[in-house]
Parts: sequence; structure tokens; C-alpha cells
Amino acid sequence: MTADRPTWFENPAIRVELWPALGDTLLMTLFATLFAIIAGLPLGIWLYMTAKKSLAANPVVYRVVSVVVDIGRSIPFIILMIALIPLARFITDSALGWQAAVVSLTVSAIPFYARLVESALREVSAGKIEAVQMMGAGRWQLIRQVLVPEALPGLVSGATVTSVALVSYTAMAGAVGGGGLGALAISYGYQRYQTDTMIACIVLLVACVGLIQLLGDLLARAVDHRK
Amino acid sequence: MIELRDLRKEFAGVTALEGISLSVAAGEIHGIVGRSGAGKSTLIRCLTGLEPATSGSAVVDGLDITQQRGAALRRSRRSIGMVFQHANLLDSRTALANVEHPLQVAGVPRAERRARARELLDLVGLSDRAGNHPAQLSGGQQQRVGIARALATEPRILLCDEPTSALDTQTTGQILSLISSLRDRLDITVLIITHEMSVVREICDSATLLENGAVTQTGSLQEILSSPGTPLAKDLVPLPPSPQGIDGRALEVSLAGTSLAQVFALARAAGAPEAEVESGTLETIDGKPVGRIRLLCADRDARDALSSILRDGGIHVEEAA
Repeated sequence: MTADRPTWFENPAIRVELWPALGDTLLMTLFATLFAIIAGLPLGIWLYMTAKKSLAANPVVYRVVSVVVDIGRSIPFIILMIALIPLARFITDSALGWQAAVVSLTVSAIPFYARLVESALREVSAGKIEAVQMMGAGRWQLIRQVLVPEALPGLVSGATVTSVALVSYTAMAGAVGGGGLGALAISYGYQRYQTDTMIACIVLLVACVGLIQLLGDLLARAVDHRK
Repeated sequence: MIELRDLRKEFAGVTALEGISLSVAAGEIHGIVGRSGAGKSTLIRCLTGLEPATSGSAVVDGLDITQQRGAALRRSRRSIGMVFQHANLLDSRTALANVEHPLQVAGVPRAERRARARELLDLVGLSDRAGNHPAQLSGGQQQRVGIARALATEPRILLCDEPTSALDTQTTGQILSLISSLRDRLDITVLIITHEMSVVREICDSATLLENGAVTQTGSLQEILSSPGTPLAKDLVPLPPSPQGIDGRALEVSLAGTSLAQVFALARAAGAPEAEVESGTLETIDGKPVGRIRLLCADRDARDALSSILRDGGIHVEEAA
């Protein structure tokens, strides 16, 4: 650490830049989670419905969607992020800033959440589905009235897991111009040896994860009527 | 009301149902009994179109379910109520909302279906639990909600798949008398799948025995009870397993309309050797004595003598091993 520089709350990196960086991280996480749910939920339902012996079994569709989803999940985020710079530029008119980072964060979170949705839906017992089929319900009614409401606690937990994963991804996004706490930690904490900035960033990231997990657990409990 | 003709079902070359034919008249409670794997569940799944039949027909309330697909099948299902072993209620819904569900699926306006659901909960004696979720109800209460739900669309047929198999004896009795009283009040036809003969004894008017995917016996309860020695008759009045060390001395006597006193009088009149009642089941069904008795004679010769005397007297006897 360089001597004779202002530290902690006198350090401009912390005093001036920490809070906007926290805001960027939260915004990235919030929007990416939101978009991942919007796109991942239907994708996960599609996977569930087309799976073998399911309600709209279609092995070909399932295989294709499955492979695409798994490719999406297996590309390292940092590579995906760089590969998606043109897409981010097209959507947000910029390759930098938190808005651009949301694009690649969302793309990486969609397949992740879709798989969590699929496994949450599989937890809904076949008996419940048959009971509602016997009422004469069609596929859409089954999805809206049985699958989603019965799997809701699992869907919420999945969203929480996705959101927490996204917090750590935002740190990586920071490395390639995404801003946020990750960028601050890298450019000041790592590259300029400011241990105080590094610690401040890490503490806030831990707090973010803790807060998301807490809210997620509370919400999951509120929608769970199984006990 | 329910008419099965040569209903067959094969799974990948394995025959689950080999040509089931049976008919259930309107207003009857019919039991289908058999061990696990006998094809009971497959039968009910074919009857509801949850599983397509390989061949044959299943006419329910005038419509052949096996010929229907898609929207037509979904519409037909609304005229069949179904009760499951584990009530299969939705945990996300209250008892009231669960009972409303079939009406919601059918597109009945909210206020109307709510009122109807309240009536039904009242009918099964659970109006005070309307706002509870299934997890807050006991197994028996859940099954009551399940029955109310099955009746929501005013079906003319109620299918029950092992409705009491997950319940204790006392609750089983309550659920069975509920089903029986609903049949009387709502004039519905009931088909009950079960592996418990006590269910048949308590509420069925007629029964069918399914073994290895085929019907081996069918008939009204009177017909079954007046044909002693048949598998269903034996299962209806079970005997405890015979004790050790009575080889060649035991005689099983089936009573169908003949009282035990008459049997003894017959034996005494013919000068039969003395015998003791080792164990037995006696009941009065429809005013007629019905039962099975295991008699223990002094030795094999005495047993054979008693056996032929009773047999000549028109009483069904079997020499136990």
C-alpha cells in the first residue's frame, strides 16, 4: 500500500465512488434478474412441457432447447460478456456502463434460471396434475393454475439463487467496463493496491448477497403453503 | 351408466388389461378389487382417458371415452368426478378455492362458483375450514375436500381410486358413509377401486375381482355371498390363518343364508361326530346370516364324515389342508 494517501472515508475512491458503484451493482443485478425471470420462466416451462412423458412431450424440441440452454450455461461468463459486446452496443448504444452489462448478464442468467424453473416444476406431483386434468383443464390452464402456483416457492428460491449468482457476475462485468463494485475493486483495490477500497467493496458485495438471500427466503416462505 | 366392452391395454408388449367387460347400473356403488398390479389403476386411467386404451370401448354416461381426444375428451371429463388416494389437492389453494377449481376450469363466474363451493363444503361437513390450506387439514378432511371438489361440476359419476387406503380405520368408515350418503342424496353412480374388502362389504352393491388384468368374478353382493367358495365370497368373509398342528382335522364351512344353529342341527340329526368351532367370521348382510367357520374334528375320519354329511345337506364345505 502506498503511504501518505488518504484512507477509508477520506479516500476519494471510497468517499466519492463507492456509493454510485453500489447503485450500479444493484441496478445490474435487479434488471438482469428481472429479465432473466421474464425470459427464463417461459423457457423453463417449455423445457418441462416438452420433456419425455410430460404434458406436451416432444423429444426433438426438448433436445434442441436443452442443448442451446446448456451451451449458454457452459460458456464462461467473461467470454460471453466479450462476445456479446456487439449485441450490447446494438441494444444500449454503448459497450460500457451498467446498462450494457445488463445485456450479457441477462443472457447468461436466462438458461441458468430456465433449468431451475424446469426442476422446480418437476417437483409438482403427477397426482395434482391428473386431478386438474380430470376437471377438463387444457395445457394453459394446467400451467397457470397448477404448475406455476404449486411450484411458486421453488420458482422464488430459484430466482434468489440466480440473483445471488448475478451479484458475483456483476463483479466480472466490472472488469470489462461494466462499472459497479467489481470495477471499483479491480481498478482501485487490485490495480492501485488500495486494500481499504478492496475491503469496502467486498463488504458491500457480501451485504448485497445477504440482503437478496434474506428477501428471497422471506418471499419464498410467504408463498409456501405446504406446511 | 358405465359399460366396458373388451377393454384392452398393452404397454410395450406387456398386457395390463386383457379384455375387460363389465357394466355398472345407474345409482349403484360398484367396487373393483384386486391386488396391487392386478390392473385396477390402469382400468380407471383408461376409463378417464388419462391413458389411451389399446382397444375396446369404455362408455361412460352414453359417451365412449376411448374414442375421444382433445377438447371433446376434456369436456367429457367434466361429467366424471374423481377422488384420489392422496386427495391431490393443490397446496397453493384454500379448501374453498380447491372445491371451486373445477368450476373455474369450466368457466363459471366467480361469485357463482364461490357460492356453489360453499354449499359443497357444507355438504361434506367442512364449512368451517373453507379458508384453510390443505396442509392445515387432516388426511380425512383433505379427502372430504377432495370429494367436494369431485362433485363441483355435478357429475353423474364418481370414480374413487383407493379413496380410503391412506386413512385410518375410523376415518375410512366416515369417508365411506359420506360417499354412500352422497350417492343417496345426489343420485350418482360410484365406482370404487380398492384393495380393501372391507370397503366392498361396507358400501358396495356389486363388485368385480380383477386378477392379472382380467375379470375373474363379478356380480351383486347377494350373488357373491350366495356363491360360497368363490374368491370374492371368501375374501368378503375372511378366516384367520389356520393354526399349526390341525392337519387333516379342519373343515371350513361357508354360510350363505343358513344359520350356524341350522348347520349344527343338521349335523346332529345325521349323527355326525362332534366338532369344535376353531375360529370364524359371522355377519348378517341384508338380513341373511353370512360367514365362514373353521371346525376342528377329532381326527381325519371324523372330519371326512362330517364333511360328507354337511355337503349332502347342501352346505358348502372345504377340507382345509
